[in-house]
Amino acid sequence: MKNIKYLLLRRATQFTLLFLYFGANAYGWHMLEGTFGSSKLFGLIPLADPYTTIQALVSGILLGADVIVGALIITFFYMVVGGRAFCSWVCPINLVTDLANWLRRKLKLDKEEVNYRFLKRKTRYWIMALGIIVSAIVGVASFELISPITIMQRGIIFGFGAGVSVIIAIFLFDLFGVKNGWCGHLCPLGATYSLIGAKSIIRVEHNHTNCTNCMECKVVCPENQVLHMIHKESISVTDGECTNCGRCIDVCNDNALKFSILNSKIRRKDD
Amino acid sequence: MANSNNNRRKFMATTLQSVGLTALGGLLWSGYADEAKASPLVLRPPGALSEDDFLKACIKCGLCAEACVNRDSNKNRDGSKREGTLKMAKGGDHKVIGTPFFEPRDVPCYMCDDIPCVPVCPSEALDIKSLLNKNEELDINLAHMGLAVVHKESCVAFWGIQCDACYRACPIMDKAITLEYQKNERTGKHAFLLPVVHSDVCTGCGLCEKACITEKPAIFVLPREHSMGKAGDHYVKGWDKKDQERVKDAKAIHTKDERSKREVSDYLNDEVEY
Repeated sequence: MKNIKYLLLRRATQFTLLFLYFGANAYGWHMLEGTFGSSKLFGLIPLADPYTTIQALVSGILLGADVIVGALIITFFYMVVGGRAFCSWVCPINLVTDLANWLRRKLKLDKEEVNYRFLKRKTRYWIMALGIIVSAIVGVASFELISPITIMQRGIIFGFGAGVSVIIAIFLFDLFGVKNGWCGHLCPLGATYSLIGAKSIIRVEHNHTNCTNCMECKVVCPENQVLHMIHKESISVTDGECTNCGRCIDVCNDNALKFSILNSKIRRKDD
Repeated sequence: MANSNNNRRKFMATTLQSVGLTALGGLLWSGYADEAKASPLVLRPPGALSEDDFLKACIKCGLCAEACVNRDSNKNRDGSKREGTLKMAKGGDHKVIGTPFFEPRDVPCYMCDDIPCVPVCPSEALDIKSLLNKNEELDINLAHMGLAVVHKESCVAFWGIQCDACYRACPIMDKAITLEYQKNERTGKHAFLLPVVHSDVCTGCGLCEKACITEKPAIFVLPREHSMGKAGDHYVKGWDKKDQERVKDAKAIHTKDERSKREVSDYLNDEVEY
């Protein structure tokens, strides 16, 4: 049987968080209230989305302390666990794009992939910067007007309405359009978290002596440019674009990949 | 050498392409964002900043809507949970997506004493200070979510039929809506009981709109920006000291054009031959 430990852990985390958010509205729970824009943990600790907060600030308004403190808490948290852990362990759109990606593999659509020259993995950073500029010009948090992430999350909590079309659009884009199109190329929130987690501590570590060069990890990885060291050298994945999803660890049958603390090796040398 | 030139050209071309496409995206995005936020006929929760500032500050977290639907007082008479007043705009609502609003004909604001929706706002898009009275206590009567407007032609009270549904539904009865008595000249022996809304007291909760008996409500709440006029500095109540304060900074406007060079003349009678 295939090893799906991290996949199950991720799905459990995603569904638990979404259920807690849902329960806050439907049953009045005080575990995790609000949405990603801003939340309250245990009715006490404020949390806020750093990218949304920046957009709101540049739109020209002073925000309440809760949002500022919340954004700092979230930023520090993901600086440690890896910024894009949000993408693979929390974000509900990940469920949609993972499904599209899985179907792509099953339907063997990857073989037919068209080369979209203008859509590069760097595009998301342009969109991220653009979102901030547009927010400043128009005077409203601009990505929040179209963000499929919060549209989907609010949909789960408050009801979808026509917002479901955005989710379907992302699914179709990722399935028939560009592989990992949304999460891997466009999403400015993912780009923000890539930057936040660029120096994070929890990393995937590769042991190239165990590696049999089967390339399963690269097939399953949604950001496989970060796995450039596979079968070459025994180092950790240090790229901020790695989502710490652990799929590579799940599919590896040779014990060549595992989660580790990035600085542990350095420390051991010091001893 | 030729190779490095090629590389440089390629680099320049890609950079130019990225910048160009970003500019294109920016234009489309700005255009969309500007249109999307222009949905003025929307009622916001109590204490909301002016619509423009509200849209900047609202982080779309939904804490107000969650507090609203889960308020202790929000029960039907049989104890079952009542629908929340505040809704989060979703696709198809034609409001700025993810922002809280309410539709009084559907569910009005019940004006809870403890105003659960406001203190939870993390971004202060709902300004708690605007709802504090002189004793620094929360006072929902200070809210100005909108202003009720009466459409005389469809209000049956103006036909001479007795109806005071809105007057009785109003939580600030006899202050926000008063009944004005007038003689019904058609019958000669009956009275009109006409609802009159007072904008200084009305909170825009919409209980009147909910209670209105006509097919489409003859009394309805509009954002104050849209239901109120403004006299401006040209008109002042000369008999009212307080009103004169209002225009103390008004400046006279002197128009200078071709005509002002000429002498003042009796233009109505000039060129008239007797």
